[in-house]
Amino acid sequence: MKVNLTIDNIAVSVDEGSTILEAAKQVSIHIPTLCYHEDLCVAGNCRVCVVEQTGTNRLLPSCAMPVSEGMDIHTNSLKVRAARKQVVELLISEHNAECTRCYKNGKCELQELSSEYILGDNGFIDLIPFKKYTIDNFSPSIIKDDSKCIRCQRCVRTCTELQSISALTVAHKGKEMKISSFYDKPMYEVVCTNCGQCVNRCPTGALTEKIYIDQVWEAICAEDKHVVVQTAPAVRVALGEALGMEPGEIITGKLVSALRRLGFSAVLDTDFTADLTIIEEGNELLQRLTKVLKDGDTSVKLPMTTSCSPGWVKFIEHTFPEYLDNVSTAKSPQQMFGALAKTFYAEKLKIEPENIVSVSIMPCTAKKFEADRPEMQSSGYKDVDFVLTTRELALMIKQAGIDFLSLPDDEYDSIMGQSTGAGVIFGATGGVMEAALRTAYEVVTGREVPFKNLEVTPVRGMEEVKEATIKLENVLPKWDFLEGVELKTCVTHGLTNAKKVMEAVKSGEANYHFIEVMACPGGCLGGGGQPIPTNLQIRQKRTEAIYQEDRLKAIRKSHENPEVQKIYEEFLKEPLGAMSHELLHTHYTVRNRQ
Amino acid sequence: MEKKHLKRLDLIFKNEHDTEEILAKVLAKKNEEIINDLIISGLKGRGGAGYPTGLKWKLTAEEESDEKYVICNADEGEPGTFKDREILSAVPHKVLTGMAVCARVTGAKQGFIYLRGEYKFLVPELEKAIAAFHNLLATLNLDFSVSVFIGSGAYICGEESALFESMEGKRGEPRNKPPFPTQKGYKAKPTVINNVETLAHTYSIFKYGPEKFHDLGVKDSHGSKVFSVSGDTPIPGIYELEFGMTLQKFVDDFADGDAKAVQVGGASGFCVPRKRFEKTVIGYQGTLTGPSLPTGGSMMIFNSSRSMYNVLHNYLDFFVEESCGQCTPCRVGTQQLLLGIQAVKKGEKPSLYLDKLLSLAETMRVTAKCGLGQSVANSFSSIVENFREEMIY
Repeated sequence: MKVNLTIDNIAVSVDEGSTILEAAKQVSIHIPTLCYHEDLCVAGNCRVCVVEQTGTNRLLPSCAMPVSEGMDIHTNSLKVRAARKQVVELLISEHNAECTRCYKNGKCELQELSSEYILGDNGFIDLIPFKKYTIDNFSPSIIKDDSKCIRCQRCVRTCTELQSISALTVAHKGKEMKISSFYDKPMYEVVCTNCGQCVNRCPTGALTEKIYIDQVWEAICAEDKHVVVQTAPAVRVALGEALGMEPGEIITGKLVSALRRLGFSAVLDTDFTADLTIIEEGNELLQRLTKVLKDGDTSVKLPMTTSCSPGWVKFIEHTFPEYLDNVSTAKSPQQMFGALAKTFYAEKLKIEPENIVSVSIMPCTAKKFEADRPEMQSSGYKDVDFVLTTRELALMIKQAGIDFLSLPDDEYDSIMGQSTGAGVIFGATGGVMEAALRTAYEVVTGREVPFKNLEVTPVRGMEEVKEATIKLENVLPKWDFLEGVELKTCVTHGLTNAKKVMEAVKSGEANYHFIEVMACPGGCLGGGGQPIPTNLQIRQKRTEAIYQEDRLKAIRKSHENPEVQKIYEEFLKEPLGAMSHELLHTHYTVRNRQ
Repeated sequence: MEKKHLKRLDLIFKNEHDTEEILAKVLAKKNEEIINDLIISGLKGRGGAGYPTGLKWKLTAEEESDEKYVICNADEGEPGTFKDREILSAVPHKVLTGMAVCARVTGAKQGFIYLRGEYKFLVPELEKAIAAFHNLLATLNLDFSVSVFIGSGAYICGEESALFESMEGKRGEPRNKPPFPTQKGYKAKPTVINNVETLAHTYSIFKYGPEKFHDLGVKDSHGSKVFSVSGDTPIPGIYELEFGMTLQKFVDDFADGDAKAVQVGGASGFCVPRKRFEKTVIGYQGTLTGPSLPTGGSMMIFNSSRSMYNVLHNYLDFFVEESCGQCTPCRVGTQQLLLGIQAVKKGEKPSLYLDKLLSLAETMRVTAKCGLGQSVANSFSSIVENFREEMIY
């Protein structure tokens, strides 16, 4: 049913249940917001979005107020302007407004509102000197600075609704009210997956990723260092947004160009190790299926889950530790790359591994934690030295004075720079599953996966939990025990959904062979390290771009990647072999649940 | 000693041990008749907000739901209010009767008394009264039970939606409205939430009929009201009075002869200076800031020895601590008001800064999420405007 109202004297007709904010958008009226975020439930606590309804003394929060028939709304009346300005003034008075020294300078939503409403006025009393704030910068991934927090609770809702973690929650009341962790412990000590979804939604500089830009510049400028950089699949469909482009533009060529200009010794690709991951993980799946279905080995666990997402890995370590044997032992593409950079690559280029600095550009804050895991040193060195988010890279590009938009396209270096469409789609939810199916199905049957253009559409898209069953028929003689088997797969993204899937597995209600989990909504392209804002619409645009990139690739199956074939011939010998075991596989740790 | 200008009433606390009779009588009526009686009586919520009780029951009765609840709000936290404690101690059966009838009318099977944490000592006696009442209900074949839920001492939990959150085991924070409690209250089910006194008044209405109740009071303020009288008075305590008195008459009866101001409605109410005693009427009629004032029952009298700066400081201290902290205007606004009057007093801010604070208070009134933040302006503005010189010097 439609509801008719007027907003700023413009008639508008919207669906019943819409909010005033949504109705205003329809008639090109922008109402400022702070606590509102498209991905989250409505809080209505910042009060920046208040509007006036004729005949009502109190102002209405437009984000939370449903429309009703005949409403006469004013979004820019004197009363609204005065109130909105004071609300912004209040927020600034409790905010540590050291803007010129803040990482979010120029990207802060409070600063933006301030630039519109606070024009040189004398504000309220600065509350910061009355508080005793300390910065929590102990985590390798996330820095929490309460002095910049405006209590909008976006982070709290993110952590609770999207991720079911509740690492961040509201504590105390009145002037003491703050966003706190369990017993106010540092972020690295509590149950936090480092996914950075909170960071991506924080309107100010209260939650940011830990920045490693200076360390990377130092490495680049050190004469005796060979600095290799790898780029995750999701970066190439999002970096442009942080540099003035529209969401959904593919900038792979410019990305390579920019990295080369920044001075990296070699510009390589995480997509290469994504392809390698498929070979290792795909073979692991087939090995598990063989042991369970053919040999009847009960010590081997199914379903197998993916292990590429470090947020997911830490989540299962905390929350379902009894399922750690179900997680694929294959390292994530980032860590496979790191291990090979200081072994295979070093040997090939005749560089001492200690002189290699390995940098990765990730859409992710949890990758920083993953690189710091003590087990991730199989090359004998720290496999990945520094992890930068998409946002940090954008800043480096700006610092270096590179006019990104007019850069020519460039190609990845070799070796470890070649990739297939299967590697690219790792960046989207369902991508690892699709890539694995393209390879595993062919291994088992000798035929291509039975989907038009290799596009395994049932595992694509933003649905919370996607299931696909593929019947294996006319298999090759080696896999005869799989003849007629229906391979049951499940794909999910966002830890709230992952929790649901794992609970269904635990209760026996779900009976899968293979589960792909990405900690972040939409997969890596919606990662915590991606440009801000990230929301459903933007995730969809990035998704389209990723699949477009896949379609444009000459080779679209991991096992056909020539560089991957070559690394097995020259170095690894065989999937799941001794060398792979040493460099490309890992183990997991049971973690506390506090 | 006592000057008795004002008629003292004895409806609420009079106990004639006739619960069974009254309950049987009212339950024999149809639900529509009961609602109609309440509407005719003109009973309005006695917690302070003054929502018509009959309408609240009616709206809840009309909602379709498999579960509904009746909640008695006994989180009496307003500074200077202590009447609900007395009602629950002296005549719990009247409150329980109101709840049971409400349950029958709305279709609720379960009721709760949300008891202020500090009133835990009432529980043993209250539980006895509830047990006896359950026995009575069994004889009347009414499927309804009441339990006590003890709050943890946060003022904000007296706000109805924060109270639901608290009962659901969450942080006591107000919700966005709509939806209203009659639509989605406790556990997102239609809920009637009434103040202790409101429920006790329904008993009088059931007993004496809606007309008799309606005859008491003036204009839109019908019936009697229980007042908690405190401050500079020789006779502090709880008094049941008829609505519609002027503040002058109240002061003549209760003050010590030197009253310079009365704070009507507690920290979230209005401060009335001596010069307005004659014109101020206690009741619901008119607008909130007009010459008549509603009250949850708190009447604090201040004589000329009191510093109104200290009085305001005290209220603001209270709000700074008791704001839930959720919305900006209340969380930050209360801190700014407190620091602001301190700075003016110390001479760190010019006296004109008070005008900025008055405008802030007005912003809080129109933008805060719930009644707490909205009503800070009541005491702040009325004290600062009427006693401005005391704020500065």
